[in-house]
Amino acid sequence: MDLTELIIKSLIILAIFGITLLIATYSTYAERKVAAFLQDRLGPNRAGPFGLFQPLADAVKMFLKEDFIPAQANKWLFIIGPCLSMLTALMASAVIPFGDSIKYDGHTVAVQGIEVNIGVLYIFGVVSLGVYGLMVGGWASNNKFSLLGAIRAASQNISYEISLGFSIIAILMMTGSLSLQHIVAEQSSFLEWNVFTQPLGFVIFLTCAFAECNRTPFDLPECETELIGGYHTEYSSMKLGFYLFSEYINMFVSSAVISTLYFGGFHYPGMDWVSNALTGSLGAVAGHNVATLIGVGSLFTKIFFFIFFFMWVRWTLPRFRYDQLMNLGWKSLIPLSILNIVVTGAGLLFNIKYAPWLIVVVMVVLGATNAIKAPRRRVVPQQS
Amino acid sequence: MQLTNRSKQVSYKEMTLAERMYLPAIINGLAITMSHFFKKKPTIQYPEVKRYLGPVFRGHHVLKRDEEGRERCTACGLCAVACPAEAISMVAAERTKGEEKLYREEKYAAVYEINMLRCIFCGLCEEACPKQAVYLRHDRMVPIFTERDQVIYGKDRLVEKDNDRYVRINNPEVKATPTEPSLSRAK
Repeated sequence: MDLTELIIKSLIILAIFGITLLIATYSTYAERKVAAFLQDRLGPNRAGPFGLFQPLADAVKMFLKEDFIPAQANKWLFIIGPCLSMLTALMASAVIPFGDSIKYDGHTVAVQGIEVNIGVLYIFGVVSLGVYGLMVGGWASNNKFSLLGAIRAASQNISYEISLGFSIIAILMMTGSLSLQHIVAEQSSFLEWNVFTQPLGFVIFLTCAFAECNRTPFDLPECETELIGGYHTEYSSMKLGFYLFSEYINMFVSSAVISTLYFGGFHYPGMDWVSNALTGSLGAVAGHNVATLIGVGSLFTKIFFFIFFFMWVRWTLPRFRYDQLMNLGWKSLIPLSILNIVVTGAGLLFNIKYAPWLIVVVMVVLGATNAIKAPRRRVVPQQS
Repeated sequence: MQLTNRSKQVSYKEMTLAERMYLPAIINGLAITMSHFFKKKPTIQYPEVKRYLGPVFRGHHVLKRDEEGRERCTACGLCAVACPAEAISMVAAERTKGEEKLYREEKYAAVYEINMLRCIFCGLCEEACPKQAVYLRHDRMVPIFTERDQVIYGKDRLVEKDNDRYVRINNPEVKATPTEPSLSRAK
């Protein structure tokens, strides 16, 4: 790797880092705005045009608050907790291929932090480490509610990571590679996007991603009504800000991973035609770079949609009860994802790419017949 | 008793398979929230747009003049007696010759002061007044004050100006406070 390549690579890494932080910052604004719109309100609109400086105001508020450490808390772990959360959240976006490649002076550099051939494993490793931040923070607070929240976070993350992994295995079987570049390259044509070949896997992955990010309806670790805020009860100032911020970074990373694994990454319908037209009119190098940029744009469109979806679901669904959460994770999602693997394997054996649709069809038919056969629920107006 | 027809009895029947799969209900819920996303927001952007508060709103005090422009107040002190917050104080004076154009009655208030920090805008002074002299106007609020010497309103700020007569309009067409200069910014 010579100097130019190194410079381009470090620029890409810096850009990814900066964009991650920027998107996480504005996710807080978007969250409040989306919440407001879904509830027939207007949301923040006082700081700057449309309230666009609201994240800055929030950051100033966070920094100026008293940074309090409880007397009985384990001081170092108390500080390390939010740092770990932030660190693991930021690490995960390194392996996501944000675009095809940039050609420069005979060099071809992938728009990706690091190209590793075990990208999926890397993401899983880092995301699993994320729970340490919550655990350490909750334990160090020396507060029963924080500890309960931390324990909930840990058991929830472990439970849902299993079905998360299983739903990925089906994709790995179809792709035959752990490299995210390869997985994206496999989905070059629209109908081969994994969401169309793996519909059930996608739903399971999405559900587990919600649970991994501790977002509603799975935000039991931080539920206010039962645990007074859960693992960050004792936190204040920017330490609390780090926890909240890492949640938004996690959301961004999950959206990126979902888009990469299931929605074709930077591919979009008609991509080859656009790329050919651009290279034809602008020349091989410039045309290729512009085409790459459009691809990056398409990936970010998908990411923004999923971030919006995260918020949309948050302001729609109530929180699960803890036993419902565990039942859903262990009794429904894990068996279903195993079934998905088996059916995908059978499909590969007989060369049927869309085999997992069989499960979906069977489930829909079962659900419909069951709903029809079920005794009608009489709706009686309440008497009192 | 039933206020709406929307209440449903809670059913503890076992959920069907479709219900246990959660997804149909979730999609239904997402559709409901999305429909709210595009609804017109009922928010009124307060400092810029002000809502019409109705003809019975109790705002800024005004000492009315009669049709000929004479002050109606006769300094009987009933408003001060009625005032539960003891915000009103006045000094009475006798009308001299040549002042018939200024004061309607033979006795008038030489000084009439309302302490706006004390006033609770209950409107009892308005009810007590036998001469229909004091009103709480429905279209104007007492402005914000920051200094203590701004809070006692004398006759200079209470008596209505000849070019700014107060009429309590009961007009349902009027949607915003009529005297607000920011009315033009309403949507």
